Amino acid sequence: MATLIDAVKTVRSKNAGPFWVTIDIFFADAAAFRRVSTVLDSDSVATVLQVPVTELKRFDLSDIYVIKFSFPRTVVQGSRFDRDMHGAQYANLVAAIEVPAEAF
Amino acid sequence: MPTRILVPSGVLGLGFDHQALAKGVANKPDAICIDGGSTDSGPYYLGTGTSKYSTLATRSDWRELMIARESLGVPLVIGSCGTCGSDQTVDWMFDLTQEIAAELGQRVMVARLYSSQTTDSLTAALEADRITALQPPVPIDAETLSTCSNVVALAGVEQINIALASGADIVLAGRTTDTAVISAIPVAKGEHVGAAWHGAKIGECGALCSTNPVSGVIQIDFDATGFTVIPLAEGASCTPYSVSAHMLYENSDPLRLVEPGGVLDVSNAVYQAIDSDSVRVTGSVWETSSNYTVKLEGSRLVGYQTSAMVLLRQPKYVAAARQWTQRLDTFLKGKIHQQMELAESEYDIEFRLIGIDATLGSLETLESHPVEVGVLMLVTAQSQDIANDIARLCNPYLLHYPLSDNEELPTFAFPYSPAESVRGALYEFALNHVLELDDPMDAFRLTVSEAG
Repeated sequence: MATLIDAVKTVRSKNAGPFWVTIDIFFADAAAFRRVSTVLDSDSVATVLQVPVTELKRFDLSDIYVIKFSFPRTVVQGSRFDRDMHGAQYANLVAAIEVPAEAF
Repeated sequence: MPTRILVPSGVLGLGFDHQALAKGVANKPDAICIDGGSTDSGPYYLGTGTSKYSTLATRSDWRELMIARESLGVPLVIGSCGTCGSDQTVDWMFDLTQEIAAELGQRVMVARLYSSQTTDSLTAALEADRITALQPPVPIDAETLSTCSNVVALAGVEQINIALASGADIVLAGRTTDTAVISAIPVAKGEHVGAAWHGAKIGECGALCSTNPVSGVIQIDFDATGFTVIPLAEGASCTPYSVSAHMLYENSDPLRLVEPGGVLDVSNAVYQAIDSDSVRVTGSVWETSSNYTVKLEGSRLVGYQTSAMVLLRQPKYVAAARQWTQRLDTFLKGKIHQQMELAESEYDIEFRLIGIDATLGSLETLESHPVEVGVLMLVTAQSQDIANDIARLCNPYLLHYPLSDNEELPTFAFPYSPAESVRGALYEFALNHVLELDDPMDAFRLTVSEAG
């Protein structure tokens, strides 16, 4: 099965203050955005991030062909057990989510 | 007449395109505004009241901006001085400003807006129910407040405008919201309030909203109905896409931004290209809140750390790196108990396997077959001496510990001497709250003096 990164332009993640991480999935055009927006379920994103889906905020922004997810960090930024201060590596987990053929 | 703000860079100390800055100055802005801080690099800077950026780089940037300001005769405003915006870093910027003014023969009025909070005032606010938790909630009590080495409140436009109203040429503000430092003057001049905040959000990272993010310099023209963003570096351009997409950056909610005194809503904003480089934005909405709140940031000391790193290259140990650190961990805890008489509750040892899952930890799903593994050992204790001593006790075993009892002692690679590195004090962010104020200046202090 193909992965999300093959169906999108880019995926990035970043801390949004010390307590949140936000993930932006950018698409090349409206058609690509629509295809993935309908098949990408929030549960699969919550699973790879190991956060309850109820804590995941989702924004499908059709004007700029972006799907955005935000979630509270399970480890606060820069605290003893944090491993990635700026949270930029979470994007790799989302990029590797398997997506069905309808995403292409 | 629109209000024109020149934003030299997303943060002071990173440098900027000198030609683009000169172009911005030639366009005769009403003010030069720049952000000086962020929580992005973690709690250490607020905990210690220090700047993340090089003093010399900050001084060099600031000198150039002070020269530009003098030539224009307009205000120069910096928010969140010295990364964390504590009183210490406002004073650090004030010292730099005095030195530079003397060097350049400038006489300037400097307003210092202080954002640090005292434990007493915060405790009183907590008891009076004036401190409210944000999401996700972080529990606090009077003890939490007293253990923070620094707490700052994030100022909005009101406090910056009071500092400007003193007649200051330069405003050195403690912690402010990233946006307020840019939106303050347009709001004071009566421009569209939604546009002021929205344009400030677009411009707060400098040219990050353009196609040439590293060029730094942008200009924003604010007026009664909207704002226009104009990148100033050669070859940089803004498109409706690059500008609207910037609302995503570091924002957990791309449509609504909570600020002191209200909320910016950009759900119905319209982004239009007005030429090949510039974008005009209208339709931003400011909703004034019924009560005036400012966000709090606090950092507290949680211990002291010493680290050490050893490199495994022998294939047998690379393949069994996890098993090796688990066995080593058990052994070391026994040694620490036996030779140092420390209980496990008095310290912490953590191993991170670089090459396996050091970045993502338990979230990692890929299995790798690395050539080598870096074992990063982090020792945390209640004093630096104890953390250092534990690391020294661990040193020979990090170098030689075997996978089983019946084998020749291996020797791994220490990349430097000493193998231990003193990491110093370890801090953590302790507050995710807002403080309600009757008057915006209640939690802030202003000092105006002449420099030069």
